[in-house]
Amino acid sequence: MNPFSSGTRLRDMIRAIRACKTAAEERAVVRKECAAIRAAINENDNDYRHRNLAKLMFIHMLGYPTHFGQMECLKLIASPGFPEKRIGYLGLMLLLDERQEVLMLVTNSLKQDLNHTNQYIVGLALCALGNICSAEMARDLAPEVERLLQFRDPNIRKKAALCSIRIIKKVPDLAENFINPATSLLREKHHGVLITGVQLCTDLCKISTEALEHIRKKCTDGLVRTLKDLANSPYSPEYDIAGITDPFLHIRLLKLLRVLGEGDADASDSMNDILAQVATKTESNKVAGNAILYECVQTIMSIEDNGGLRVLAINILGRFLSNRDNNIRYVALNMLMKAVTADGQAVQRHRATILECVKDSDASIRKRALELVYVLVNETNVKPLVKELIDYLEVSDLDFKGDLTAKICSIVAKFSPEKIWYIDQMLKVLSEAGNFVKDEVWYALIVVISNASELHGYTVRALYRAFQMSAEQEILVRVTVWCIGEYGDMLVNNVGMLDIEDPITVTESDAVDVVEIAIKRHASDLTTKAMALVALLKHSSRFPSCSERIKEIIVQFKGSFVLELQQRAIEFNSIITKHQNIRSTLVERMPVLDEATFIGRRDGSLPGAASTTTAPSVSLPNGVAKPVAPLVDLLDLSADDTPAPSSSGGGDLLQDLLGVDLSPATQQSGAGQASKSGNDVLLDLLSIGSPSIQSSSSTVDILSSNSNNKAPVSSLDDLSSLALSTKTTSNAASMMDLLDGFAPSPPAENNGPVYPSINAFESSSLRLTFNFSKQPENPQTTVIQATFVNLSSNTYTDFVFQAAVPKFLQLHLDPASSNTLPAAGNGSITQNLKINNSQHGKKSLVMRIRIAYKINGKDTLEEGQVNNFPRGL
Amino acid sequence: MGIRFVLMVNKQGQTRLAQYYEYLTLEERRALEGEIVRKCLARNEQQCSFVEHRNYKIVYRRYASLFFLVGVDDDENELAILEFIHLLVETMDRHFGNVCELDIMFHLEKAHFMLEEMVMNGCIVETSKSNILTPIQLMDKTS
Repeated sequence: MNPFSSGTRLRDMIRAIRACKTAAEERAVVRKECAAIRAAINENDNDYRHRNLAKLMFIHMLGYPTHFGQMECLKLIASPGFPEKRIGYLGLMLLLDERQEVLMLVTNSLKQDLNHTNQYIVGLALCALGNICSAEMARDLAPEVERLLQFRDPNIRKKAALCSIRIIKKVPDLAENFINPATSLLREKHHGVLITGVQLCTDLCKISTEALEHIRKKCTDGLVRTLKDLANSPYSPEYDIAGITDPFLHIRLLKLLRVLGEGDADASDSMNDILAQVATKTESNKVAGNAILYECVQTIMSIEDNGGLRVLAINILGRFLSNRDNNIRYVALNMLMKAVTADGQAVQRHRATILECVKDSDASIRKRALELVYVLVNETNVKPLVKELIDYLEVSDLDFKGDLTAKICSIVAKFSPEKIWYIDQMLKVLSEAGNFVKDEVWYALIVVISNASELHGYTVRALYRAFQMSAEQEILVRVTVWCIGEYGDMLVNNVGMLDIEDPITVTESDAVDVVEIAIKRHASDLTTKAMALVALLKHSSRFPSCSERIKEIIVQFKGSFVLELQQRAIEFNSIITKHQNIRSTLVERMPVLDEATFIGRRDGSLPGAASTTTAPSVSLPNGVAKPVAPLVDLLDLSADDTPAPSSSGGGDLLQDLLGVDLSPATQQSGAGQASKSGNDVLLDLLSIGSPSIQSSSSTVDILSSNSNNKAPVSSLDDLSSLALSTKTTSNAASMMDLLDGFAPSPPAENNGPVYPSINAFESSSLRLTFNFSKQPENPQTTVIQATFVNLSSNTYTDFVFQAAVPKFLQLHLDPASSNTLPAAGNGSITQNLKINNSQHGKKSLVMRIRIAYKINGKDTLEEGQVNNFPRGL
Repeated sequence: MGIRFVLMVNKQGQTRLAQYYEYLTLEERRALEGEIVRKCLARNEQQCSFVEHRNYKIVYRRYASLFFLVGVDDDENELAILEFIHLLVETMDRHFGNVCELDIMFHLEKAHFMLEEMVMNGCIVETSKSNILTPIQLMDKTS
C-alpha cells in the first residue's frame, strides 16, 4: 500500500490542524493531507474513500480547493451501502454545485436512488436534489419527485415538497403539474409535511397566477382552519417553544395567507378573524411569540384594508418600538418601513421615537431608523427633522457619517422649502462632514448658489466663516474657493447684506488668504488646487491691491510637478503679464448655470458621457477643431499642441473664458489666417440664437472640471457658447443671413430638449445646415430640417440630396422643397429627414451625404460625411 | 428561499461549519465569511442580533464560545430565524449532550446530517427534534 494513503485518521488530521499555531502551518498540514488524498484517489483506493471524503469536507470548510475530490463523491453515491451513499451525498452537496458539468453524471444515480426500496436512501437523494439540482436535472427527475409527494412515509413527502420548490424555480413551466399534489399536502396533520407543503404553495403562488387563483379559491378556508387549530392546540411537547406550538408553522401559514389575501377582498375577509385572534392572544414576552406577532402584523398590513385590524397592528408595532430589547426594536423599525405605504399617518406618530433610534449605539438599528426617517420626511416636517439629523451628524460615528450625509443631502435637495434654507443646511453638512459629500451633491449646490443671485453675498460670507472653522473639509474648501473666486468682491464689500447676518469685515487680502490656504494646504487634492488657481486668476483683476501677491502664488505653481497645475499656472501667468487689456473681461463672473439642464444632465447623464467616447463627434470634418487654435495662441502655448486638449486644463480654461467678448481675443491672436477661419466657424456655430445652448454647455463645464475625459467635448461646447456671446456688429449681418432660413421654426416651440443646429457640410459652393427637433415622448426619433444655401454665383438645377446611415439608424427622407437653388444665397432648399436611432443614448448619429446638381447643364457631385451631430440625439 | 447560508464560527473567527444554499466560489466564501465574522464578533451583548451585510441579513446568536450565523433574505422573519438557531442548538444538545465546539469539529458530518434534516434548499423541513434525530440514531445503531 502507498505510504501516503495509509494516512492519518480523520480525527488525527483535525487534531493536527487544531494544533497549528499559524496559518502557514495549517496550509502545510492541509497540503500534505491533500497530497495523500490525491494519491489515494489515483490508486482507486476503496477502503479509505469514505474517510478521505470526510477529510475533504473538513478541508473545504476551511476554505481550500477540493475539486479533485468531486469524482469520489460520485463513486460513493454509486456504491450500494447506506453509509457510503450518505457521505457521498453530503460531499455532493458541499463540494459540488449546480454549475459543474460533473453534476450531469449524477442524474442517473439520483434517479435510481429516488426509486430505491429503502426510504432513507430515497430521502438522501431527495435532499441532494433539493439542494443542488439544475434545470436539466429538474426536467429529468420531476416525475419521480411528483410521485414521491404521495409517498406513504411523511418524512419523504416533506422532502419531496421542498424538492418541488427547487424544481419549479428552475423550470417554472413545470409548476402546473405540482398544483394539485401541493394543495393535497395542506390537508395533512404531520407538521413537517404541512410546513413544507405551505412553503411549496407559497412559491407556486409566486410563480404562477393560475396556482395563486386555484389555491386562493380552494384552500384559503382550510388554511384559516389549520391556523386556528394550531393557535388553539393544547400543549404538545414535541413542537412546543415557549408555550407556543410550532411557531415556525404559524409563521409559514401567516406568510401564505398574506400572499392569498393581497389584492383580494374576499380572501382577506375570510382571514380577518383568525388574524385578530393571533394578534391579540399571542404571548409577547418571548421571542417565539414576538416572531408570530411580527409576521401577523406584516400580513395585516399587506392584505386588503380592514380598519380595525390595521389599528391593532400599528399598536403592536408601537409596543415593539418602545420595547427594551434591541431585537424587537429592530424588527419594529423594519416593519414600520413596510407600513409607511399602507398607513403613513400612523407611522408619523412614532417619529420622535424613530428619530431617537437614529442615535442608537447599535449600527443595525441606526441604519434601519435612518432609512425610515428618510421615507417619513415631507414638506411639513423637513425642517425639524433635518435639524435633528444635522445635530446628530456632529457626534455620529465615523463609519455612519457617510450614510447619514448622503441621506441628509438627499432630503435637503428634495424638500427644501427655500433656497436660503437649502444653502444653510448644505453649508452645515459641508462643515461637519464635507469629506463624505459626493460630487453630484456639491455640483448641485454650486448650481443653486449660482442661481440665487440675491444670496451670493450671503453665501460667500457664510462660506468664509465656515472655512475659518472647518478648513479640513475638502468639499467645503472647494465650494468656498469657487464662491470666493466668483463673488469675492461681494465678500469684501459686504454686498447684499441680509438682516440676519452679523456684519463682517474682510479685506481683499483676507479673501486671497483663504484661496492661498486652500492651494497650499497639503491635503488639498488636484481638483481643489486647480479650482483655487482659477479663483486666483479671477481675483488678479478684481483685487488690484493683491495682484502682485496673486502673481507670486501663481508663479510658484509654474514649477509644480503636477502637469495640470503647471499648465494652468503658466497659462494664467501669461494672461496676467501679457494680456492686461483683455484680462478683466476674461475673468468676468460665470453666467448663471441653468438648473433644469443640470438636473436633466444629472438624471440622464449617461448618454452624454457615452457619446464623448466616440471619436467622430470630437474631430469634426468641417474644421470646427480649428478654432481652438486662436485660443491656444492667445494663451501663448506652442502651436503644435493638439487643439483638442487631452487634459482638462484647456477645457477649464475655456470655461473660464465663458461669457467673454470674443472679438478682442481674436484680434489679440493676430494670426490672420487662423483667426479668420476661427471666426467663420464660430459664425457657423451661431446658427440659432437659443439661450439654452449656452447654459447647457456651461453645465458641462462644471462637470468637466473633475473628469478629464470630458474636456475635449466641453471645450467645443464652450466654443459654441463663446460664439453666442459674441455681439460684434461685423458678424451680425452674416448671422442674420444664417438665421433667415430658420425663422419659421423657433426651437422654443417644442418642449423637448433643444439641440444646436450644425453646419453639416460646407464647400466653396454650397452650405448645408441641419436644424434639429425632437418629440419628448419619442427620444429615439429626431427630425432634421436640412437647409441648402448656394454660395456660388451660378444657379443650381436638378438638385438632388442623398444620405446614407449605418444599420443602427433608420432614415426617412421627405421630398425637398424645390430642385432649383438660386445663386448667391438668394433663397434656399429645405428638406426634412427623420432619423430613428435604435441605439439612442449609446451611439451618436452619423451620416454620409451626396449632393448632385447641375451648373449650366454640367453635372456636379459633392460628397461628405457628417460626424458633428450634437450629443444625445 | 429564505435561508442562504448557515455558519458556525468560534470566538477566534475560525469557521467550524459552513453550509451554503446558493452558489458562491471558494474565494467569495472566504471573503464573505471573513467580513461577516469581523462584523458580528465586534458587536456586544446589548446590540441586536441582526446585521445587514451586502445583500444579506445575518441573524446571529452566541452560545459560549461558538457563534451561529444564519444569512437570510430581506423578507425573512428575523425573530423566527433566531428561534430556529436555538432549535438547532437544542437538537445538537440532545444528540451530543451539551454540545461544544469540539463535538462539531470532530463530528462535522453528523452536524451536517442534522442540519440537512432541518433545512433543505433554504427552507425549514422539520421542527420536531425527535423527527430530526431518528435517521441519525438509526445510522449510529447500524454502524
